[in-house]
This record gives sequence, structure tokens and C-alpha cells, in this order.
Amino acid sequence: MEEKIKQLRIEHITKRFPGILATDDVSLTVDEGEILALVGENGAGKTTLMNILMGIYQQDEGRIYINGKEVRFRGPEDAFKAGLGMVHQQYMLVPDMTVTENVALGYQAAWKPFHLDLDMVRKKVIEVSEHYSLAVNPDAYIWQLTVGEQQRVELVKTLCLGAKFLILDEPTSALTPQETDELVSLLKRMKSELSIIFISHKLNEVKALCDKVAILRHGALVFSGNTADYSSNDIAALMTGHEIVLPENKEVWAGGELALSVKNINVRSDRGFLALEDFSLDIFQGEIVGLAGVSGNGQRELAEAVNGLREVESGTIEFFGTDLANKKPYYVIEHGMGYIPEERNIEGIVPSFAIRENFILKDSDKDRFSRHRFLKKKEISRNADTLRQSFDIRTPDTVTAAGSLSGGNIQKVILAREITRAPKFLIAVYPTRGLDMGAIEFIHQELLKKRREGIGILLISEELDEIMNLCDRIAVIYKGKIQKVLSHKEANRRRLGILMAGLDDGSGEEA
Amino acid sequence: MNRNFKIAYKVSVIVLAVLATLLLSSLILMILGADILKTFYTIVITPLTRVGHITEVFVRAVPLCIIALGVAVAYRSGIINIGAEGQMAMGILGFTTVAVTMPDTPRFILLPFALLCGMLCGALWGFIPGILKAKLDVSELLSTVMLNYIAAQFYSFCLRVPLLDPAERLSGAGTPQSARLTANIEIGRISGRLHYGIFIALVLAVLVYLFMWKTSYGYKMRASGAQSRAARYGGINVPFYVTLAMVISGAFAGLAGGVEIAAVHRRAIEGVTNNYGFSAVVVALFGMLHPFGIVPASFFFALLIYGSTLTPRAVGVPANIVDVMQGLIIIVIVTTQMILQNSYLEDRVWRWFKTRTGKEEV
Amino acid sequence: MDLVVNILSMTVPFSVAILLASTGEMFNQRSGVFNLGCEGIMAMGAFIGMLIPFLVGGGGPVSGVYNWLGLLAATLIGALLGLFFGLIVVTFRAPQGIAGIGLQMFGVGTAGTLFRHFVGGTQSIPGMNSTPIPLLSRIPVIGPIFFSHNLMVYIAFLFVPAAWYVLFKTSWGLKVRAVGTHPRAADSMGINVNRTRYEALALGGALAGLAGAYLSVCQVKMFSDELIAGRGFIAVALVYFGHWHPVKIMAGALLFSFAQTIQYNVQGLGIDLPYEFFVMLPYIVVIVVLAFTSKNQKTGPAALGKPFNREMRT
Repeated sequence: MEEKIKQLRIEHITKRFPGILATDDVSLTVDEGEILALVGENGAGKTTLMNILMGIYQQDEGRIYINGKEVRFRGPEDAFKAGLGMVHQQYMLVPDMTVTENVALGYQAAWKPFHLDLDMVRKKVIEVSEHYSLAVNPDAYIWQLTVGEQQRVELVKTLCLGAKFLILDEPTSALTPQETDELVSLLKRMKSELSIIFISHKLNEVKALCDKVAILRHGALVFSGNTADYSSNDIAALMTGHEIVLPENKEVWAGGELALSVKNINVRSDRGFLALEDFSLDIFQGEIVGLAGVSGNGQRELAEAVNGLREVESGTIEFFGTDLANKKPYYVIEHGMGYIPEERNIEGIVPSFAIRENFILKDSDKDRFSRHRFLKKKEISRNADTLRQSFDIRTPDTVTAAGSLSGGNIQKVILAREITRAPKFLIAVYPTRGLDMGAIEFIHQELLKKRREGIGILLISEELDEIMNLCDRIAVIYKGKIQKVLSHKEANRRRLGILMAGLDDGSGEEA
Repeated sequence: MNRNFKIAYKVSVIVLAVLATLLLSSLILMILGADILKTFYTIVITPLTRVGHITEVFVRAVPLCIIALGVAVAYRSGIINIGAEGQMAMGILGFTTVAVTMPDTPRFILLPFALLCGMLCGALWGFIPGILKAKLDVSELLSTVMLNYIAAQFYSFCLRVPLLDPAERLSGAGTPQSARLTANIEIGRISGRLHYGIFIALVLAVLVYLFMWKTSYGYKMRASGAQSRAARYGGINVPFYVTLAMVISGAFAGLAGGVEIAAVHRRAIEGVTNNYGFSAVVVALFGMLHPFGIVPASFFFALLIYGSTLTPRAVGVPANIVDVMQGLIIIVIVTTQMILQNSYLEDRVWRWFKTRTGKEEV
Repeated sequence: MDLVVNILSMTVPFSVAILLASTGEMFNQRSGVFNLGCEGIMAMGAFIGMLIPFLVGGGGPVSGVYNWLGLLAATLIGALLGLFFGLIVVTFRAPQGIAGIGLQMFGVGTAGTLFRHFVGGTQSIPGMNSTPIPLLSRIPVIGPIFFSHNLMVYIAFLFVPAAWYVLFKTSWGLKVRAVGTHPRAADSMGINVNRTRYEALALGGALAGLAGAYLSVCQVKMFSDELIAGRGFIAVALVYFGHWHPVKIMAGALLFSFAQTIQYNVQGLGIDLPYEFFVMLPYIVVIVVLAFTSKNQKTGPAALGKPFNREMRT
């Protein structure tokens, strides 16, 4: 379809997944040259709706119209032909292929019968990147690129395939504040040629960029209107449906001994390069230290190295005076480490095990739960019932497989287990990623409670708001090194953003 | 989605699975031009019609059950043991070596010691793929298969040279087999060839149940198998438990070999392992990897295995038909499990069902 | 010297079955599917391949045609079994390892059953004769090693550059690599992940079937239950060894074949060991090779062994 997309309209779109209504009778309209913000909490159905628009999912009910004509997309290729293009939140790029090859995957004009015309694709990539001044190297392998560069590749790819209507799913979630600003101004420029749906839950971006806003809650459209007419607070209230004010850490650090002291460690990533290089960080009892940074800068490797899950090439990890480097996970656990891992579904729990079995994952040999290696069934069950109540885990019983719970409840299972083991220290990695506000509030409260009890916490997160709300000190990680450690007072979004991008924030003094 | 639908859905999936197995086996039988119904009758019903047949079925169920218990322990711990065939062969060699080197030792020492030795040899043969998987990520599916071939050659060599029956050597016939074992080491028979080894199998089933489901060892092994990353995170020494599981699995196969010699053949000969190692994988899966499922499953597959030995004469179908059926049953079991777990499919069928019935009401 | 030439001139034709099967398996795994049923497909291919010349051949000048017909039929049956495996692991998403074992048992069992019914005992066929390449085959040392074999040997080695070209220079190869590494990305680009996997499985199965038939028609010239003898599994192992690259896989096939050839030259080598140990040798080589290369899996196709479900949300 060569003609412009003057209007895209969806009507009464409904999609069900087992047990959930993912989108519920949603109707929307986007006109030429408009930017529509689609906002809502995690799990509100934004991505599902867009996947339907792209032909990746088929709606159960409802219709899609382009320029007044109904369209049916059986797959993304149909959507491309109609001029739609989407940049997914998790980038859809094959890491061990070049930029050109990634574009060629969808560029069917280059698919000759016995030959793939990569030169043709390469020319197109260069043409598009010059037209929109989106610098990309067509011959670079994806795995060599930073997150920001990968996003440019995604944009170029989508435009090469002829998109005249762009869907951007949480495009700023992995960017530094400065990169976000750049993206916003780029999109403003592109607006003259394209229409855009911009998915986000960050309202300042929405206000800065979008003409109209539509709000989804539990799959249903609860509001739509012009952005200019509403304040961020209005939109936020509509998004969550009820007033939630996330707790803040306002107390002064009461002092405490040195808990975890990481000194000059070198750690390699799965791909074999140094993910942490000469990395050092000290954390004391009674404080929350936030580790801010774009993900993929060594956060995962740090958490794993401290917990005995990854080899440490050199350096020491002192934990109340004991070196934890290259010790077995069991040893680390026995020394009082609590750990909320990044991948809650496959690392934090054994998904096929019952909830009650997951509660004893670290303690099956303890006297409390077994005697001469024989498990104490009653005690295990009693423990599970107590934890279910005190942590408000929504499940009919504790013999349900933990993997069948929702993300928020799985995280509560992990939190309950880690906290009630009475740890001396806690490491939490992206503890609220993908959760709704209610669950986030609960987890923040629990972390602050532990802090008040005098426990040191290392909080690894990519949400700057979360870090600024909770932390006493904020360390910024970039390419496996600490850029700088700021106190809560010194930190602001701009400054953190500069540090996260690996730049010097200009203030000479050390925190 | 209501409960009745869920049950009906599960039942119909299983019925369809059984039908698919029968249909695919029938297809092969059709190519052979055999009488399909009569073939199934010969395999499944005929062996149950005479006591002599039934005892033969039990004779085959004993090694199947013992090996399948071991396979299940390994499978639950995240390692698929296709190498029981080789582990059993090594077990036989260990058992026979003890039996022929010290034939005059008193029975109450000799028999347990020889069985233990068989278990150790099997365990060693299980340890190799276990440690290779745990330390070097070597696929156990490939390493166990390779070890089967190696064990088979080693077995032939032992029967041909070091363990060769002196009588054969003298007569010059050289049939590869060991000397006949002394009565000191025999396991007694109950009826026909049915022997007391059956109690070993049953006791082991109970022990495996207690070990895997009631102790913290079993808990850790099952956690390692169900999600090794979570187990590792939880401080469980996954490589150790994976290796231990393979050692146990190999020991069971070795024990099965020893019992088979002591009770049935009473000398090591070619062909004792009789593909039991592979069939046991099917038995373990069919028994839902649980001892209380494996006991009946081993009887069922012993029935198929024995029944198929009757088919060449009764209906002119080669006995290999049982391999065809076992292969199909594995495929159907794993497929059926995935279909039953697929909530998306179930949801879709439910909605289709609802619209269908809904319209009929209107 | 003669001994070395002798060993090497056997190494080349003996490597063909594994080379073909392993190249096929490489396509399977590049698309993200691990097919342990290769052994079973080879058994079926071997049986079908020899059945046709056995039933209709009977010697004479045209018998060569039946050999080719046998190879063709084996290729087809292999492709069919590959598609059948696709139904199990791609459509129904069954775990690939154990399903492959099921396919292996099914294939080996079916081949054995049908063989007993249609052929009976040990029956050899004339099989395919060698076709030395004029001039080239007369070069000393090189000639007997590389240019004095049957036609299938030359064809099989031509498949190596062909496989490389298909994988890296065609749009189909690009699709296969994408669905094996990041199926979700491929899907978002409009590539039908499951269909591509089916296609790769059909190709992989076809090559495995052909590999089996090569054994029965060109190499051993008969069928028996022990004919395949684990070559299907070895082919799978060689894919790791060759790091999913056609040329490195060829090197692996030659290495394995070399280990296997030694057993036929024991006397010449003057080593005094029971022959069983020489038969074991290739399997030991495979285990050792696996021990050194299995960690490579981390850098292999990222989605290997993982079924794709579009609607499954991480």
C-alpha cells in the first residue's frame, strides 16, 4: 500500500489469554501526523494491543481500519505492507547477525531465488539512516552495539521496511535521561512524515511529546483526550485507578558497621569479556545503596559474583570480614546473605514445585524442616501458611505450583522466603520489574522495613525513581566500573543520566 | 472453564493419544499385511491366558522395574539416562567376575557381595556420563549412547576372553559365555522361571519413593532436575546431585543385571540385556516417573515384550514390532504431556466448545 | 606408506554417511531443533535404500538405476520422518531430547520389522560401483584417497560448499539462522518460525535418510540391525564439534571415520589388542571430543531445543 496512512482506527478489540482478559473492547483513533501516548501500568494490555495491531496476535473480537477500510493482518508481514512498523520493548534483533542481515530478514525485495542481495539492503540502510540522521553502521554485529545504538537500528529497520506509522513500545525504558531527550526530539522531527503510537508509563515524556493520550487499565480503555488539557497527576491517577503514593526513604542513616566490601574484582560475562573490571563498592549496615545504570553494564555479574554463582578472576568480596569470592552459593547463604534474583520465574523459584516447597529451597536440611534428612511435612506446611498470610500471597492454597502465580505473587514468595530467613544483608536485583503499582508499593515498604531493622541492602535497578525514592546512597555503574557514588542529596535525574552514559558529571568532588 | 470440561478435555486427549498409538502401530502392521486385531490379541491377551506365560511376563518385569526406577531417579534429577543398557552389561560383568572367582564362598556372603559388585560396576558406568554432564555440559543423551556401544564391545570381549567358560575353551567351540555359576549364588525361583528378585524390585520401589519424596536428598535432586538455575541459586550443589543421580541410576541397572544372571540365566551370555535399558526409559515415562506408576508400567511393558516374542509364530509379525510400539509410546507420551500442559490450546478448545453449545441452545 | 594410503582411502568413503547426516543435523540445529532421531531416520533410509534394488534390481546393466532410485526413496522417507518429528516438537512442542529418542526407537524398530518381513536374513545387493575419476584417480597417493570412489562420495563432498552457500548466502539460510537464534525477532519480521523449522527438519531428515541409504547401497551393500551402529548419534555430536559450520563438520566426519578405519587395518599396524577395542575407538573419540567441545553450546544457536510459542509472554 503506497498511499499515506491518514487515519488508523481500531474498534472494539478484545483478546483473551487463559485466565485473563488482556484487552477488553478497546477503540482508538490516530490521525496523520499525530503522536498518541498509550499509557498504563505494567500488565494493563498495552503491548498485547499493539501486537494485535502488528498481526502478531489475532484479536478475538473487533476490527482495524486504515483510511476507513477494514484490514486483516495474518502476520507482521501484512502489517508491514500496510505501512505499520513497531519497535518492541525487548529489541527484536538477532545478536549474532549484522545490522544489514537483520534488516534483510524482513526486506523481501532482496530475497532473490538463489541469492540474498545484501548489497541492496545495505544501500537501503544507509539511505534511511542518512535521511533521518540516525547514525548506524550497517556492518556492525548487533551484540557489539550499546542499547541506545540498538534502538537506532530498530528504528532504521522499521523505516527500511516502509513504515509510515510507528509503534514504539516503552522505547525509553533502557535509555539514560539524555538519550531519552534525544529520542523525544527525533520523534518530534519525524512527526511531519509519520504518525506514532508511543507506549510509556513515564508521564513527563508523554507530556513532552504526545498530542493525545489514551489510558489502559486492566485491558480496558479508561480515558482518552488531549495531553495538553491534563496534568501528569491527573493521568497518573487514571492510570492506577486509585491513589498510590510510593513510600520514600526520608530517615537519616543511623550508622552501622561495614557489611559488604567488594574490592577490585574482575568478573567475566557469559560471552567471555570482562563485565566487571577492577570494581569496588562498600555498603554498610542500615543503608540502602542503589546501583543505577543501563542494564547490561555488569549488574547481573555483580549480583552473581557476590552470591557465589559466578567466578571471580581477581579481587575480594568481604562480607563481615569473610571473603566470599569464588565460594559456593551454599557458603554465601550460610553467612547470612539474602538475594532476590533478577529472573524470578526460573531462578527465584522452582516453578513446578509447590509454593510450600519453594519456601524451604535454602533450608531443606535445617533442623526446622527436616530430621535426619527426612522432611517434616507438618512444619513445612505450617510455615507456608504463616508466610502466605503475612505476605498476602494471593493463592487458594500452598500446594499450588509456584510457577502458576502472577509475577507479583511470585516476587512475594521470594521476598517472604528471603526476609524470614533473617538475613544479615540483602541484595535485590530489579525487584519490581514488570510489576503493578500495588506490588511495587508492598515491596518498597518491605525493603524500607528491613532497612529500619538495621540491615544493609544493595538495590540494583534501572528505575531512577525507585532508586531515588529508596536509597541512602546511589552508585552509578558503567561498563563494569563505578562511575561515582552520590549521596541521596546530591542525586538528581540529570546528573545520574550523565553518569549512566559514562560521562563526567563535571563536579570534581568525590561523594 | 468448568471442572467437568477440564476433566473431559484431559480424558479425551488421553483417549486420542491411545488411539494415535494404536493407529500408527496398525499402519506398520498393515504394511506387513498382518491381521491387526490378532496381532494385538497375541501381544496383550495371549500372555495372560496361561500361568506359564504370566510367569515369563514377570521374569521380564523384574529387570524393567529395577532399571526404570533408576531411570526415573535420574530423570527427576534432570538427566536422561539412555545408557542403562551399557550399565546393565557392566553390572553383569561385575557380578559374574565375583561369582566365578570365588565360587566356594558361603552363599550369604557371596550373593550380596556379587550383587554389590555388579551395582558398583553399573554405578561407575553411570558416573562417567554424570560427571561429564555436571562438569563439562556433555549431553548425557549422546554420552550414554556412546557408552552403550563401548560397554557392548567390552562385554563381548570379556565373554570371549577373560570370562570364557573353561569348558568352551577345552572343547574349542568357543561360544562366548562364562562358566555356569555355582548354586551358592543363585536366586531361587517361585514358579517357572519367576524368581524372588521380584521382591527386590518391589522393595526398591518403596525405597525410591521414600528417598525422592520424603528426604531432603530427594528434594534437592528433584529441585536440580525441575529447574537447575533455581536449585543452584538456593545453594544446592547441582553438579553433585546430578552425578549422584546417575550413579544411583547406573547402580540400579547394574543390580538388574546381577539379578538377571543369578536368577534367570545363571551364567553370563550374549543378549542378556535384551534392550531392557531402552525399554526401561519407556517404562519410566509411562509410569509418570513415579515408583508407584513404574511398578504397573513395568508389568505392562513386560507383557508387550513377551507378547511380541509370540507374534512371529502366531501371526507372522517380527518381534521387532515391540520396538516400534515403544518408540511410538515415547513420542505419544511426551506429546500428550505437552498438550495437557498447553493452557492456550485448552482455552481455545473451551471457547470453541462454548460457542458450539451456545449456538445450539439458541 | 601403502598402509597410510590404504587407511586414508577408506577414511574418505567411510566418512560420507556421517558427513551427510551431520550436515542435515546442522540445518536442524541451526533452526533451533535438536533431532536425536537421526539414528532412526538413517535406519529407515538404509532399509528403504537397499529394499528397492533388492526387490526390483537383480543385476544387469540397468541395476545402477535402481541404486539411485533406492537413494531417492530413502531421501524422501527421511524428509517425511523429519516432518513427522516437526509435528511432535514444533507443533506440539514436546521436549526434543526424549522425543528424539522415541523417533530413534521407532525408526530402528520399523526398519528392523520391515526388513525381517520383506528381506529376511542377511542378503547383500550388488550396490553401487566405484567410478574413479579419469586422470585424477591416477595421481599417486591423492588419486586413491580422493578420486577412486563411487559417485555418491563426490556428491556428498560437493554438499559441503553447497550447505555453506545455502546457510550464509540465501534468504532461506538467513531465515533458518534467525529462527534458531532469536525466533521472536524472526517472527516479528514476518518470518513463519514453525514453517521454517519444518523446512529445515525436512532437509535434515532427507540428508539423514540419504546417509542411511549410502551405508546400505554404496558402502556395506546390505542391511542389518547393527548397520547404523550409532552413526546417527555421532552425527549429532559432530555438529557440536564442528560448531554448526559445514566445513568444520566435514573435518569432524573425517576424523571420526579415520578412527573407525583403523579397526580394518589392525594387522597392518601390528598392534596387539583384541579387536573389540578397535571397534570401541570411534565411540571413545566421540566422548572425548564432546568433553572438549560441549561448553561451545553456549555460543551455538541460542534457541536450540526451545519450542516457539508466539502467544507465550516471557
